[in-house]
Amino acid sequence: MMLKFLLEKEFKQILRNSFLPRMIIGYPLMAILVFPLAANFEVKNINLCVVDNDHSTYSRQLIQKISSGGYFKLTEVATDYNQGLKSIETDKSDIVLEIPSHFERDLVRNQNAKLMIAANAVNGTKGGLGSAYLSSVVGDFSNQVRSQWINPSQMTSGNSPIIEIVPQNKFNPHLSYSIFMVPALMVMILTMLCGFLPALNIVGEKESGTMEQINVTPVTKGIFILAKLIPYWIIGFIVLTISFGVAYFAYGLIPAGNLGIIYLFAAIYILGVSGFGLVISNYSNTMQQAMFVVFFFMLILILLSGLFTPVESMPQWAQLMTTINPLKYFMQVMRLVYLKGSGISELGSQLIALLSFAVVFNTLAILSYKKSN
Amino acid sequence: MKQFITFVRKEFYHIFRDARTMMILLLMPIIQIILFGFAITTEVKNAKIAIYDPSKDISTQRIIERLQASDYFEVTRYLSSSSELNEVFKDGKVGLVVVFSDKFNETLMHTGKAQIQLLADATDPNTATTLTNYASAIIGSYQRDLMSQTNIPFQIIPETKLLYNPQMKGAYNFVPGVLGMILMLICAMMTSISIVREKELGTMEILLVSPMKPIYIILAKAVPYFFISCVNLATVLLLSVFVLGVPIAGSLFWLIIVCLIFIVVSLSLGLLVSTITDTQLAAMLVSGVVFLMPVMLLSGMMFPTENMPIVLQWISNIIPAKWFIIIVKDIMIKGVGIGSVWKEVLILCAMALVLIIVSLKKFKIRLE
Repeated sequence: MMLKFLLEKEFKQILRNSFLPRMIIGYPLMAILVFPLAANFEVKNINLCVVDNDHSTYSRQLIQKISSGGYFKLTEVATDYNQGLKSIETDKSDIVLEIPSHFERDLVRNQNAKLMIAANAVNGTKGGLGSAYLSSVVGDFSNQVRSQWINPSQMTSGNSPIIEIVPQNKFNPHLSYSIFMVPALMVMILTMLCGFLPALNIVGEKESGTMEQINVTPVTKGIFILAKLIPYWIIGFIVLTISFGVAYFAYGLIPAGNLGIIYLFAAIYILGVSGFGLVISNYSNTMQQAMFVVFFFMLILILLSGLFTPVESMPQWAQLMTTINPLKYFMQVMRLVYLKGSGISELGSQLIALLSFAVVFNTLAILSYKKSN
Repeated sequence: MKQFITFVRKEFYHIFRDARTMMILLLMPIIQIILFGFAITTEVKNAKIAIYDPSKDISTQRIIERLQASDYFEVTRYLSSSSELNEVFKDGKVGLVVVFSDKFNETLMHTGKAQIQLLADATDPNTATTLTNYASAIIGSYQRDLMSQTNIPFQIIPETKLLYNPQMKGAYNFVPGVLGMILMLICAMMTSISIVREKELGTMEILLVSPMKPIYIILAKAVPYFFISCVNLATVLLLSVFVLGVPIAGSLFWLIIVCLIFIVVSLSLGLLVSTITDTQLAAMLVSGVVFLMPVMLLSGMMFPTENMPIVLQWISNIIPAKWFIIIVKDIMIKGVGIGSVWKEVLILCAMALVLIIVSLKKFKIRLE
């Protein structure tokens, strides 16, 4: 009975707020529509500056081949290397390709020629991959030249064994980054809305003094916490359902596994992060304080969750830290169920981990909650 | 002036009294630099792979040994039947399966051709592509050893130079971004909230009836955060030079000037938010959703802006952090002079000007 009144109060407070309901609908929409478009590590559209000191048929053919490949955009033709370097300094291009004079003569007469590739490696991945792509295009070109000069029967002569490599991409054959990001983003949305909003909500009550009023009523701790928790649970399910819808309409993403499993894990997860939120609010006196603690943990938890970069590639100490990160486990569950159709039997370790978080955080929350100061 | 200093002192007391927030403000840059410098890497190492090898002969053994010996792979599972291929990815513990064809060595030696299938878990496209490429390269090197070493004619040998960051460290890319984010966080977010807080608690009314001009009250609130930002600026620069080994290649003087300009931009953003919101929650959401998210996502801090759809690229142009990160990358890492980035610096200055004018306008309206 008491719970019913308290719940009514909470819902009134949420709906009365001008910002919250809009946030609950708008945030998942924005996050799922915009994030995957922006969060993409793929390396493409590399701007190329060419310094052609040879001006020969072959050098022109090579440039033609590079710029028609799709990866590189010829943005500048420089007269010498220094000018090329200048164009990297001013961010007009990412890579300079210098073709030395006598390139064609060397290639035909000495049967081998040199090239210079200089890449801007401030972004190491981009510089490294870009120059590797460029080298492989150059390699293709030299194969092409070779096959023009040598008669084909000579090429395959000899009995050199060939290992044929057949790559196959499972679950995401078009290598779309959004498909990878969307399920994990749902975890982030749930964490923001169902974990940290309740934390701020309780501190808010403390700060505005209404907490004192509740503390003098006969409401028990358990009922009070439950009344704070249930609305966010409901919000969580609404948000999750909206996210599923957006994922379908925007990306055609249909879960390969059972939606029921996702809702089950979400229920446990929300309990866990809300518990975490409660702990933070119990230890903070002002919203500002709570917000900063929340922000601090959010940042670490998200970076160490595997959302953007794989956990296995992190150094040992960082991997150790991720074992106490609930976001990591729920993201694994989301990706496994959504993309690979894993069942509950494959998710045993994640289930245990998330259940333990829920128990630990909520116990801590109850222990640290003081009804009187 | 004396009154102003008194007010600034009051604000300092406010901040120092809240030790927890203070600690977080000072710790945040340290944690961020360490995480971004060491833990966050798009490189792929120690990936767990599985092997399905029905032939178990000398060639497959050699290839498996080579895969195992590389830093990239760790063979954790041997499948005993091809039926396991469909299930092996479902618990998420294996990223790639190397599948050898039946009677691999025999086929290879007799017909001169044998097949290896690389099944990748492509839910993470980045990792899938990288693993497939690494494995192909290792198998390719085995094949090359099998071939008699003949001189291949008509070769073009590219000589590659990686400018500015020859070891391809991720930190070079992240440090300017972290700097932008920290300054943004502290100047814009903290300032906006601390002003709105007074409004929400009703103490703003009290301040406004004091003989101080309202604008000085607001400015006084910004001063402590300005100082904390300067401390953080120093922390980030020192850590990146001495811990991450990212040198300051260009002029330290200009680097600091640009940071100060950016701090002014962020502070004015914070002031603007505090004039348009009434509650801490709203201020927090506006500065979190409207500032920090876009800064992390659209500024080019983590993800290259060139890959984004055109509309997002346009939006990224109005994000001050984008320009700031470009300038810091150019001055600090590439070591170019201020002459190469004057356009970006001008854009930042213009943004500062517009923001200050708008927030002053908004502010006056509220007081009437």
